[in-house]
Amino acid sequence: MTRPFRETLRTKDFIVTAEAGPVKGINTQKMIEHIELLKDKVDGLNVTDNQSAVMRYPSVGACLLIKEHSGEPILQVTCRDRNRLAIQADLLFAYSRGIKNVLCLTGDSIDVGDHKEAKPVFDLDSVQLIHVVRSLNSGKDMVGNELDGGVDYCIGASATPSADPIEPQLIKFEKKLDAGVDFIQTQAVYDLDEFKRFMERARKIDEKVKILAGIVPVVGAKMARYMNENVPGISVPQYIIDELAQAPKGTGVSKGIEIATKMIRQIREEKICDGVHIMFIGREEKVPEILEAAGI
Amino acid sequence: MIIAERKPLEEIRGMISGCKRILVVGCGTCVTICWAGGEKEVGILSSQLRLVRLASSREGKKLSIVEAVVERQCEKEMVIEELRDKMQDVEAILSMACGIGVQTVADVFEEKPVFPALNTTFMGMPEGEGVWTEKCGACGDCMLYWTGGICPVVRCAKGLLNGPCGGTRKGGKCEIDSEKDCAWVLIYRRLEKQGRLDLMRKYYEPKNYRAVKRPGKIEALEA
Repeated sequence: MTRPFRETLRTKDFIVTAEAGPVKGINTQKMIEHIELLKDKVDGLNVTDNQSAVMRYPSVGACLLIKEHSGEPILQVTCRDRNRLAIQADLLFAYSRGIKNVLCLTGDSIDVGDHKEAKPVFDLDSVQLIHVVRSLNSGKDMVGNELDGGVDYCIGASATPSADPIEPQLIKFEKKLDAGVDFIQTQAVYDLDEFKRFMERARKIDEKVKILAGIVPVVGAKMARYMNENVPGISVPQYIIDELAQAPKGTGVSKGIEIATKMIRQIREEKICDGVHIMFIGREEKVPEILEAAGI
Repeated sequence: MIIAERKPLEEIRGMISGCKRILVVGCGTCVTICWAGGEKEVGILSSQLRLVRLASSREGKKLSIVEAVVERQCEKEMVIEELRDKMQDVEAILSMACGIGVQTVADVFEEKPVFPALNTTFMGMPEGEGVWTEKCGACGDCMLYWTGGICPVVRCAKGLLNGPCGGTRKGGKCEIDSEKDCAWVLIYRRLEKQGRLDLMRKYYEPKNYRAVKRPGKIEALEA
């Protein structure tokens, strides 16, 4: 997986990335195991940035671990916790240490996390953040000062295909593309018909940008309901909840993997988009199983 | 208008503990309209404070309260006019105004401790009976003309300037509160109605947080 992600985007037919959630603490052993397990099976490994507004080991730290273990990290940067100075400084640092891919995100609200009384920053939004990275890529900071040594990030952004209404999201999607992104990793996709409709409209906006469908396996009806209520941007349809509810006791994980696998196969066979981004939070070790079952 | 809520009785009681005579002063403008610090609320709080003091075996002292309302507590002249004759033997002032009123009273009567009985929460408007919602963050760089008269700076929970976040719930509700509308969905719908969706497609630069130099001060005569 040492191939630069930008090159993978250019050359590979079906791109696969996965997410590695950092530990809350400094015992990085399990994270390293996940990195070792996944680095040669996927084209890039995303590291979340205080995911769900829960304070953790930093994204940049875990990306360095991925580099140290010869993987290809994708640094997730949210606008929630740092202002424009801190974000730019972190981006300079990350690139100087070999991290060359960045996913620009708004960030989940402070209210869903474990530091609910914190001051939300949101000095930038995700579209502005893309502009900032583009500026750094051109050798200047966001206010136009020359950098002594610039960066050249491969830039990604997110999209929400299941949003209701979808139109405001599509406008924002278009603004992200106008700002200049190389790839899109979507939020969790469950309803493929809905996703196809999204892709049709997305392709009208941009034919070339690489779009990876977000895959978040759900391992039980209760978990699905919990996620619908509490995880921003996730909306598991009722028919999947029913399917999970009907699965015999103790088979939730395998049922969830089966549903995810089927989706990945269909996305690939029907060439619905350019790849998948698998987020199996807390069960990263199961990702190879999904990939194998999906024939990747 | 400025919206505020009364602090819990326990907190207010703690502030005035040890005082024998206080002035409770309401404000006749914003906080009267939002049911937090008008004449009626001055009366209720004063009664509550007298009662809890009477019931307290520890403090054991009777509390004497002077009640007053200043039409606009944020104006020094009005504060002086209304309160100067009521200060005799008053040990502390409990202001039921917004933070601006509290500070005005504190500036006028520098020798007295002034305590806030309210928490000032936001600038907003009455939305219905007993409901007030936030509308303006006083950012000093108004963009309402781009956004269909709906402010994303305060009505979007994240203050996003270029469209909704990915957390929007079904039906266009906010990520953090399924009861609240996503401001960007509201903006979208209004601009669509006006045939001005191109305004939403426009890119908005990062906000200029120096539009108002904090702490803010405007000197109209000098300009």
